[in-house]
Amino acid sequence: MSESPQERGKGEIILTVNGKLVGVRAHAMERLLDVLRHDLGLTGTKEGCGEGECGACAILLDGVLVNSCLIPVFQAIGADIVTIEGLAADGRLRVLQRAFLECGGAQCGICTPGMILAAFHLLSKKPQPTLEEVREGLSGNLCRCTGYMQIFEAVAEAGRRGGMT
Amino acid sequence: MRADPSEYEFATPGTMRGVLSLLAQDPGEWLPIAGGTDLMVQFSAGILRARKLVSIWNLPELRRIEKFPEEIQIGAGCTYTDLRAHEAVNREFTLLTSAASWTGGIANQNRGTIGGNVVNASPAGDSLPALLVYGAELLLVSVRGERRVPYRTFHIHYRKTQLEPDELIRAICLPRRFSEYYAQARKVGARNAQAIAKLCLAALGRLEDGVVADIRLAMGSVAPVPLRLTETEQIVKGRRIEPTLVRLARMAVASEIRPIDDMRSTARYRAAVAANLVARFLEQLSAGGNKA
Repeated sequence: MSESPQERGKGEIILTVNGKLVGVRAHAMERLLDVLRHDLGLTGTKEGCGEGECGACAILLDGVLVNSCLIPVFQAIGADIVTIEGLAADGRLRVLQRAFLECGGAQCGICTPGMILAAFHLLSKKPQPTLEEVREGLSGNLCRCTGYMQIFEAVAEAGRRGGMT
Repeated sequence: MRADPSEYEFATPGTMRGVLSLLAQDPGEWLPIAGGTDLMVQFSAGILRARKLVSIWNLPELRRIEKFPEEIQIGAGCTYTDLRAHEAVNREFTLLTSAASWTGGIANQNRGTIGGNVVNASPAGDSLPALLVYGAELLLVSVRGERRVPYRTFHIHYRKTQLEPDELIRAICLPRRFSEYYAQARKVGARNAQAIAKLCLAALGRLEDGVVADIRLAMGSVAPVPLRLTETEQIVKGRRIEPTLVRLARMAVASEIRPIDDMRSTARYRAAVAANLVARFLEQLSAGGNKA
């Protein structure tokens, strides 16, 4: 079978996504964001600005918050990748996700996956964050609906309820 | 126009030796990429000129912070998060950790590196004024060996540096002699996180018997390169901080900066605020802050 032009030069890449090993064919410089969304169908990770300003594409790479639009997929080989789909993998929402629902922390939803992952990363370092710490932890994530206050409240509430679970 | 990933080569040698020999093989062909917070933006915009990238992300030799009696050597691949988390860097080089705290947001701080900020050579680079006032030196490494250059001579022109095509920055060396100085870092921007500075100041000062024994001032976004304000320093050094001196300092600042109008601000605004920031620093230095 001959390769289509788009396929030429692609290599087989093994990634660890949400605890599972997955194989994709991709160019080394493809953005991790595109591989997650287009090759793996994990469309919970959103593209906002595409230049690391908005945080909509945030994921965890080895437990560290990163913007997946700025990661060449080759740099993600061997890393433990967690997307929003991996947080409630068994279909049960986490405390943090429930707090977003209850506090009105999500409206249109585009920023929400990135907000949740940024908040999750924050709670992993500071289980009971102050408002100032919440503001800083989420400062790389833009929301054009909520005005942020409900989001900050949701993260603080998750902290009070024991956060990471 | 979005870039086409199929046009790019990408190497991950995984070792310093492997990276350096690749850079030496075809000088100028391969561009090192660390956390990608600058280069991937250029890539996505279709304006990244290099077609061959070599990953230096997480090379152990570049991710160390080493303490020596006279200096701290920060591996060029250390992220802003690494800097903020390091006890000695935090205690002795507050101007640098302040700048790190307002570079991007947390996600970008987890990927952006200090070496990347230096090589990217933007006049607006948040950490660069701090490196100027701390008298940082750079260790540049290639297969030919290692050389040490003062950071203040490294940026030649707008976005041009002394780095040879086969070289990497290995480490940034900071002399450990400023921990007793009064230190002030200021960023003026649309907001602290994410926004690129309209201008920023890093300042160190020390009084002896009411007289300015030493002062070191540097600003970002007021000239084609990050600028040490040597003329202003000369005017202030050895004198008492009095209203007349503050007025002279304001004039000196205005005469030595070269601000421009751009999308973030105007030359006039920058000149006014630059003078205000220096005046404020002098007043606070004289008001007793020998230590912060």
